[in-house]
Amino acid sequence: MDLANGGGKIDMKRKWNWPIWIGFIVAIGGLFSYEFFAQFPVTRDFPWATLVLFGVGAVLLIVGLFRAFGRPQLYRGKIFGSIFTLITALLFAFFAYEIFYVLRQVPLSAQAPRVGQRAPSFSLPDQNGKEVALNDLLSPNGAVLIFYRGHW
Amino acid sequence: MRSFQQRLSDFTSRGVHVAAISVDSKEINENHCRKMGFTFPFLSDANADVIRLYDVLHRGAGPSGADIARPAEFYVDRAGTVKWVKLTENIAVRARPEQALSAIDAAARSQ
Repeated sequence: MDLANGGGKIDMKRKWNWPIWIGFIVAIGGLFSYEFFAQFPVTRDFPWATLVLFGVGAVLLIVGLFRAFGRPQLYRGKIFGSIFTLITALLFAFFAYEIFYVLRQVPLSAQAPRVGQRAPSFSLPDQNGKEVALNDLLSPNGAVLIFYRGHW
Repeated sequence: MRSFQQRLSDFTSRGVHVAAISVDSKEINENHCRKMGFTFPFLSDANADVIRLYDVLHRGAGPSGADIARPAEFYVDRAGTVKWVKLTENIAVRARPEQALSAIDAAARSQ
């Protein structure tokens, strides 16, 4: 760095602006770790683990951008820092839309059997091909029925 | 589902069966149960008839717009009466075995 002689000319041996890279990796890792954290109820009911990773990534990216724009003669990263931050912001917007909007689009199920009503009887094949009727499940002390979205 | 498998003995010790229902085929259920070690019945409602009967159909929410079940949990007592219903407002938030167990215990106490 030679401010006196350089006169605004950028020194090509500027320092690696690590917070931009680490911040970007942490944020991307946060997005991809959602599937992992979704296995556990404590991080599935509310995706705080992913949000924390996004938050840490965002802080590092901002620190990196401040370095790149505040002291460009010392740190790299004006262009790729901006690109990484934009990508992270778009990914976060996508994630927030999925988590706070799409996942909440659940049908009303207004006609679902309510407490005190009779459960409609049925008979369906289980994983071994054996027909199982609701009545078979009710003795001796009732059954918990778990409707789920399936695996694909 | 994993958590229900982990607590399955708490259900069986109360004389309560656990059954999962989805539109998945018998073959998918067979593979999945073998892979995950699930020992309770996974029922295949491929045409979503029972899912409609319980009004827990989620239209077009499956792969390539297929109709699937929304997450929903019921405890039905031995007389066939619904004693507990959990209809989530968020697909990611599902009933935990502890909630079902306390509903079962509450139903037993009130008898």
